[in-house]
Amino acid sequence: MADSATNLKSLAPPAELRRAPVVEGNKGLGWLTDKLSAFAEGKIPRWWLILFLPAAFCAMVVLPVALIYQVTTGVGVWGNNHPAMWGLDIVSFIWWVGVAHAGTLISAMLFLTRQHWRTTIGRMAEAMTVFSVMMAGLYPAIHVGRAWFDWFMFPIPNSNGNWPQFRSPLMWDVFAVNTYLVVSMLFWFMGMIPDFAILRDRSTTRIRKGIFSFLAMGWTGSARQWHNYEKAYVVLCGLCTLLVFTVSSIVGLDFCTSMLAGWHATIFPLYFVIGAVFCGFGMMLVILVPLRKWCGLENIITMPHIDKIAKLTLVSGLIIDYIYAMEFFIAWYSGDTYERWVFTHRLFGHTYWYMGWILIGINVCVTQLLWIKKVRANLAALFIIGVLINIGMWSERFVIVVGSLYQDFLPSSWGKYIPTIWDIALYVGTLGAFFMMYLLFVKFLPMIAISEVKSVMPEANPHHRLGGAKGENR
Amino acid sequence: MKHYGIIAEFESPAAILHAAEKVRDAGYQRWDTFTPFPIHGMEKVMKLGNSLVGWVALAGGAFMFLNVVGLIWYANAFDYPLIVGGKPMFSPPMTFVPAYIMMIMGGAVGALVGMLGLNQLPRLHHPLFANKNFALASRDKFFLAIGATDPKFSENETRKLLEKIGGVNIELVEDAD
Repeated sequence: MADSATNLKSLAPPAELRRAPVVEGNKGLGWLTDKLSAFAEGKIPRWWLILFLPAAFCAMVVLPVALIYQVTTGVGVWGNNHPAMWGLDIVSFIWWVGVAHAGTLISAMLFLTRQHWRTTIGRMAEAMTVFSVMMAGLYPAIHVGRAWFDWFMFPIPNSNGNWPQFRSPLMWDVFAVNTYLVVSMLFWFMGMIPDFAILRDRSTTRIRKGIFSFLAMGWTGSARQWHNYEKAYVVLCGLCTLLVFTVSSIVGLDFCTSMLAGWHATIFPLYFVIGAVFCGFGMMLVILVPLRKWCGLENIITMPHIDKIAKLTLVSGLIIDYIYAMEFFIAWYSGDTYERWVFTHRLFGHTYWYMGWILIGINVCVTQLLWIKKVRANLAALFIIGVLINIGMWSERFVIVVGSLYQDFLPSSWGKYIPTIWDIALYVGTLGAFFMMYLLFVKFLPMIAISEVKSVMPEANPHHRLGGAKGENR
Repeated sequence: MKHYGIIAEFESPAAILHAAEKVRDAGYQRWDTFTPFPIHGMEKVMKLGNSLVGWVALAGGAFMFLNVVGLIWYANAFDYPLIVGGKPMFSPPMTFVPAYIMMIMGGAVGALVGMLGLNQLPRLHHPLFANKNFALASRDKFFLAIGATDPKFSENETRKLLEKIGGVNIELVEDAD
């Protein structure tokens, strides 16, 4: 034992090459289980109620009122009108789809690349995906105007012979968003099955035990179950990674297949994917920074993890900056008068010029702050940058959607788009619904993948001394 | 009274891995280990081979892909031929995007359903849940159970083997069904 300990010392890499442990102050598997399930089992804290009540008000009052008024009256209650037929509804739709993407990227892609630190934030990222896709799916469904004809979008045999026109990207969108919703929910749920079993085994009351027994579906954690589970997990991760690149690409195709200046660009699918991921990382910072503090998870979601998310935000931000530059360059290089005109007016036009500058100011300039190590270590700064990125990406979508529509080829048909109170109420309502569902998830479900975090601890490695192996660590 | 088998508790991943090796070498066939997380190398020790879940997912994905291609042909070229932009009524490339998306859906559903099916889930009860220590299998203890249906199973011999390989809290589990 003494020999192997001295050997270990000589084999250990120098301090700067040593990897930070995934969990700080780890006191063993039992301690981790207690720590990670504590929040779902404890009393409802005050901060939770303070956040939950306004979110629930927006979700249960503002959203239904906005929906009922709009559906019963018509899309005319919004500011959408000729020529800007797409307004806040589509802006918010793309924004919500975007928020979803980083969740899948963090959870699925970082799993495939074997990043152990993803285990601590993966579940929260997946939940963000599920809830924001729900919010995104709402917009196109009511934007059609007559929501009771939504079934026209699905290939349902009917006596009118109504079939969808499968060559349209708008039709592909229906498939993409619905698939994204279903697959991300399956992925989220399957990841939680072993954790439901943990909560089932720890439950003290009959009701809790009943609920979690039902959700865990009889999971025993046998080697055969884990064997199939791990395979299914890797397959789902691969499929989710495909979705990261597919769903927003198809949303991008909605735009670039139309002949409108400012939309008709081959870069759009990639543009939307990267924009989505960037926006989602911003939302991830907004969610993680307060939650790790309030839920007492500083040892689990450590500063190195936050640092890595900030770095990924910076990377996606830099790609977005490149695409902005490319967009402007192509508009100039195309020699097309309308293209040049639209892009000049994004920054120097009337009515919406400030939206273009918000976009540049935040997505291009503020993002650069993340180069600085001190900023990446400052939680308040990261939270503010996260909020700003969300605003910046929202204004980007506004610039794309409204900025290209309101002044088209014929000056006689130019118009303006001014959002009405109902546009804004719907957005506020979906924000409330998102945060309400997220808070419910955080409080009542295992918000951290308990068994996954345990599986990357040295105690779980049968070839590590902490895992019971004799001799040197391997 | 019917018996489900004998269960033994182990302290660490390494201990359960070595115990599994010895149980396998003793010639037992109907046994399993229960751990809070997958143990690396266990699938090799237990000779589980490749999980079939991947094939179920592939089947689900392929099924949905071909189905959607067929659906689009039926809807836009056969049942109600639709001319869009003067293009052929049906051409394989036009079906790609919806078919690809639904392939992902089929693969994902296949993976989950395959996982549950192969694991014989959902089930509401398991005889091992009656064991009072077994709740720790999701926490920090590692269990090995040898089934009573194993041809080599004998209450005393199996118990002795589990004692010899370092198991503690060895208990006979009843099968209530």
